[in-house]
Amino acid sequence: MKQRFIELAPDAEQKQEERFTIWRAGEAIPFAGADAKAAYQERVTLIKDAIQLKKKPSRIAVCPSAGFFPMQYAGISMYDAMYDYGALKKAVEKYHLDLELDAYNAPTMVSGKALEILDFKLYQWPGHGVAKEREYQFVEDEYMKAGEYYDLIDDPTAFFLNRFFPRIFGALKPFETIPLLPGINEILLVPPFARPFGTEPMKKALTALTQAGEETLGFLAVLGEVGGKVMGRGFPAFSGGFTKAPFDVIGDSLRGTRGVMLDMFRCPDELKEACERLTPIMVKYGVNSCRASGHIMPFIPLHKGADGFLSDEQFQTFYWPTLRKVIIGLVNEGFVPQLFAEGGYNQRLDVISDVPKGKVVWWFDRTDMKKAKEKLGHVACIAGNFPVDLLITGKRDEIRANCKQLIESAGKDGGYIFTTGAGMQGAEPANVKAMVQAAKEYGIYQK
Amino acid sequence: MEELVKALIEMQEAEAIRKAKELLDRGTDPMKLLEACSAAMEGVGSRFEKGEYFLPHLMMAGEMLRQISEMIKPLIKEGKSSKGKSKYLIGTVKGDIHDIGKNIVTFLLHANGFEVKDIGIDQPPENFVEGIKEFQPQIVGMSGLLTLAFDSMKKTVQAIKDAGLRDKVRIMIGGGQCSEQVKEYAGADAYAPDAIAGVKIAKEWTGGK
Repeated sequence: MKQRFIELAPDAEQKQEERFTIWRAGEAIPFAGADAKAAYQERVTLIKDAIQLKKKPSRIAVCPSAGFFPMQYAGISMYDAMYDYGALKKAVEKYHLDLELDAYNAPTMVSGKALEILDFKLYQWPGHGVAKEREYQFVEDEYMKAGEYYDLIDDPTAFFLNRFFPRIFGALKPFETIPLLPGINEILLVPPFARPFGTEPMKKALTALTQAGEETLGFLAVLGEVGGKVMGRGFPAFSGGFTKAPFDVIGDSLRGTRGVMLDMFRCPDELKEACERLTPIMVKYGVNSCRASGHIMPFIPLHKGADGFLSDEQFQTFYWPTLRKVIIGLVNEGFVPQLFAEGGYNQRLDVISDVPKGKVVWWFDRTDMKKAKEKLGHVACIAGNFPVDLLITGKRDEIRANCKQLIESAGKDGGYIFTTGAGMQGAEPANVKAMVQAAKEYGIYQK
Repeated sequence: MEELVKALIEMQEAEAIRKAKELLDRGTDPMKLLEACSAAMEGVGSRFEKGEYFLPHLMMAGEMLRQISEMIKPLIKEGKSSKGKSKYLIGTVKGDIHDIGKNIVTFLLHANGFEVKDIGIDQPPENFVEGIKEFQPQIVGMSGLLTLAFDSMKKTVQAIKDAGLRDKVRIMIGGGQCSEQVKEYAGADAYAPDAIAGVKIAKEWTGGK
């Protein structure tokens, strides 16, 4: 079989330029005026220059990760944010228009009603398993059994449709009866294909899915309004698409942390094969979701690859090969993977520096940024990692000092975006403002 | 027995389980077997500290030990005496439902001879207080992955103070975004950056028991 996603494509550079042009043009954005449009384009350019490593930007873009802070800042509960779309809209607007950051963070929220309709089991959310003032939280479990690797490998889509969805969406249990689709290829196979869709349980499931879809359209329309308003005032979105490392798809949501860790000892070959099998799908998912938003940066949160979660050998055997393929696959389509390395990546810096120059953002949480700059600065833009614990517990002076130190060690000569190491939920508003102000002050490059 | 210890330390699950079964079939004292497991866990812990082993190895060690304990359980007539053991109360604080880190620490504490009471996830301060009153631990461990856990930790320490129990226990925190800074904020006595470090601190506090 032909090896894909290994080499950088000759036209990757050109494709990236084209996508930056599309992102910078912001054609679908209802700009408030010529000034707002100019401010938007200037901010895109700051980020572009930091990413491409071709020249030093005029200043460091300040793009902290909002997380659930805007809700708290506006005084609405997590429950309100998931059920009262108008309240969510106001909160997100207030946060962005008050703080004047260099990027817009689309809220990491979904419609609670839609989750209810689908009887979603993968997470608990405010008013549904966790208290109304709390954020949604993942429910660890083995949603895929250890013995199901070959079901996943043979046909990932069938596995999701017939097994995973019925387990994580109570309302979609009848999807268990959908037949294997490549089997439907003859006139006599139409009846076995159509039959399940006529049953009462399936009708109910499809109605639920339609209702969840309608609810979600309403929710997204509100998000579209707030995005249009904030971007229209001159703030480009920080990311605009999503995908994951294949190992994390399995380790987070299918097998769970414990499951995937034991699988590395018990069935390493199946695990590796499953990661490979998911790779082109994760590339495509990132490409499609970015295209839909007209953005260049798919957000890729990395979970199980952190220091401590895997040995170096395990990281290089199970995690990195297919993540690198996803990176190359996206880069070859002109996209800039925004790799959010949660936890520490101090032991991974050498390995993860094997990426094409000026094509990715490595965004760190608890990694030593001085070391990251040394090891990665020549190939990749780094972003991070103002500590959220300091925003929650610290004092103004500490915050300013920390900003200065961070910018001095990570921001030297460009190739750096200022952000936080995690979402800012729980932060003191005065501390957030002090951080933003300090980052803007210290982030101006001398000509 | 040596082969069992070696298999456990080297993560040879099938081999370790086979050896344990063989030993039991031959009439080996189950308590001796448990001692061997304990010795093996020290080996695993020391590889972890040297940076050779990581979380997956701790998970696998826990999994092997669980299987061996299950084999042994029916063979032990009376419950192992818990007299003289140090006691550790652990739970994930209110508002946080994560338990992987907590479970690993619990397993390691068991393997290191602690008597552990795990009160579970999403536990409000009053449950920690009740737990302390009933179980009378020397150490309380508060776990939390989320940044929102910081306030719950602070409130839990305060509740322990208000109940007049603060000088009866030492408190450590761990998980996710915790740090020395958060330890100060919450008013705890220590921050454990990982599970092995947590056990080490607990052993220091209790004089190695």
